[in-house]
Amino acid sequence: MTAATTLPMDLDQLPAKARQLRRDIIEMVYRARSGHPGGALGMADFMTVLWYRHLRHDPANPRWEDRDRFILSNGHTCPILYAILADRGYFDRELLWTFRRLGSPVQGHPSVRSDLPGIEYSGGSLGNGLSYALGTALAARVTGRNYRVYCSVSDGDCQEGQTWEAAMAAAHHAVDNLTAVVDYNRCQIDGPSDQVMSLGDLPAKWRAFGWHVLDVDGHDYQALDEAFRAAAAHRGAPSVIVARTVIGKGVSYMEGDYRWHHGFPDEERYRQALAELAEAPA
Amino acid sequence: MPSLEMRSLREAYGRALAECGAQDPRIVALTADLGDSTRVAEFGRRFPDRYFNFGVAEANLMGVAAGMAMNGLKPFVSTFAVFAAGKPWEQIRQTIAYQRAPVRIVATHAGLTVGEDGASHQMLEDINNMRVLPGMAVVVPADAVEADRVTRWAASYDEGPVYVRLSRANFPTILDEDYRFTFGRARVLRDGGDITLMACGLMVSVCLQAADLLAADGIAAQVVNVSTIKPIDRETIAGCAARTGRVITVEEHQICGGLGSAVCEVLAETCPVPVRRIGVDDQWGQSGEAMALVAHYRLTPERVAAEARSLLAGG
Repeated sequence: MTAATTLPMDLDQLPAKARQLRRDIIEMVYRARSGHPGGALGMADFMTVLWYRHLRHDPANPRWEDRDRFILSNGHTCPILYAILADRGYFDRELLWTFRRLGSPVQGHPSVRSDLPGIEYSGGSLGNGLSYALGTALAARVTGRNYRVYCSVSDGDCQEGQTWEAAMAAAHHAVDNLTAVVDYNRCQIDGPSDQVMSLGDLPAKWRAFGWHVLDVDGHDYQALDEAFRAAAAHRGAPSVIVARTVIGKGVSYMEGDYRWHHGFPDEERYRQALAELAEAPA
Repeated sequence: MPSLEMRSLREAYGRALAECGAQDPRIVALTADLGDSTRVAEFGRRFPDRYFNFGVAEANLMGVAAGMAMNGLKPFVSTFAVFAAGKPWEQIRQTIAYQRAPVRIVATHAGLTVGEDGASHQMLEDINNMRVLPGMAVVVPADAVEADRVTRWAASYDEGPVYVRLSRANFPTILDEDYRFTFGRARVLRDGGDITLMACGLMVSVCLQAADLLAADGIAAQVVNVSTIKPIDRETIAGCAARTGRVITVEEHQICGGLGSAVCEVLAETCPVPVRRIGVDDQWGQSGEAMALVAHYRLTPERVAAEARSLLAGG
């Protein structure tokens, strides 16, 4: 069957959309008094480009069999995904404010068991997502469907050996309906990843594993847009977009500070964050 | 048991899987460099487009299977039990069990009867590891006939994940060709009113032999094949205990966490009777010929019979 996939949004509308999503992230984490705002804020730009311009999906038909799949391996960054799903109409926006509460489908890490529309995968344990995305991509091959699978992975994901098992296998099986996006903010819980466990030359690692690598500024909408297009057009190998991002992007006191991997702002900083993310001057 | 035909459970599995694959195009088979040993290679020869070898990378193997199962396929994943239920336990928890992904994990080479490869390859903790996971079905076929039936059942079971435990060694064939497997039901194979012997896998045949030994002493032993360890058949287990008042469990697994534990959990809550658990008692395996190991770890009909006499004597 076909479905009315969402129409792509103009590129110049994306910055305002990303600011709106970032405000939702702050609101969710502030109200929950816990969560992981840093990665979510840093990912907001590439997530906006993906979800508003490239992903073929239908919020009115979340289980549409030919939909593109988005797998959030770094599940702790879920506020950005929840904000997008609510904005696209997958569920009532009011649910966002139940994030992390007992009984809420808006779980601390996304859960397919919660039956929240739009959630494809129960992320949370780093390293698992790319294998799941690979299985999802291979299923399209066996069932004769032509959907694409997108998988977000983090620095932490790239420290897990399983991610490289999956990388090896995706290249071996020439899975070209798979695009990974690395939220490469070079931060993790205990500090800058170059101090905790350096990933070395990350693009070179993916290249060595046989992937088509696109190394881009994770906040450059034009570059991201072209990267997603190039990834989808590439044949014979999986693609990875190494998106160089800034943790906490958009909130001055969070930008570049690994300590905002998780945590929530007090009331003063909450107001400051919302002010900084207010509708930008033209 | 010289009078019974020795048959391979993994051969039965591989053959049944290929037959199921011919009928259901959604079935795929996955392995991690053990396609021949686990016998899924036969499926691969017949259906190369539905056969995936992921090399020696079991974490990825399980994650891929989950993705396939959640997107319209019926994956059968096969490797050795130690690599299936040990190494990628985390992936099974997170991406298979938690997501209720209907992945069929059919592990071969479980238990001591792996033989010469020794303790590193003798998985004695898999029943424990799998049955603790919410929603995970755990099935241990007693012989090649049951391995065949369980494979066909698993092909049609979509409720959630399944772990099936198979062996490297051939086992005596104790079930008739008209045997029908019923998921979740323990089966009384031999009735008797004096004591109940509950077993799974190879130990079912051991218990049947023990019952013969006991019969020579005038003791009527009931033998129960508890092939479904989860969900455990509380009704049959409690009913048998109520009938005989004494239970012995026998398994080629650690006595901690396996069949014996599962039976004790049921009986403690439903019908507390004296129980003896026979299995590997907090030990590691070692190299040796399969049946020599079974004897060395005292998983023999003579041992079971002796424990039964002791229990009946109130010892």
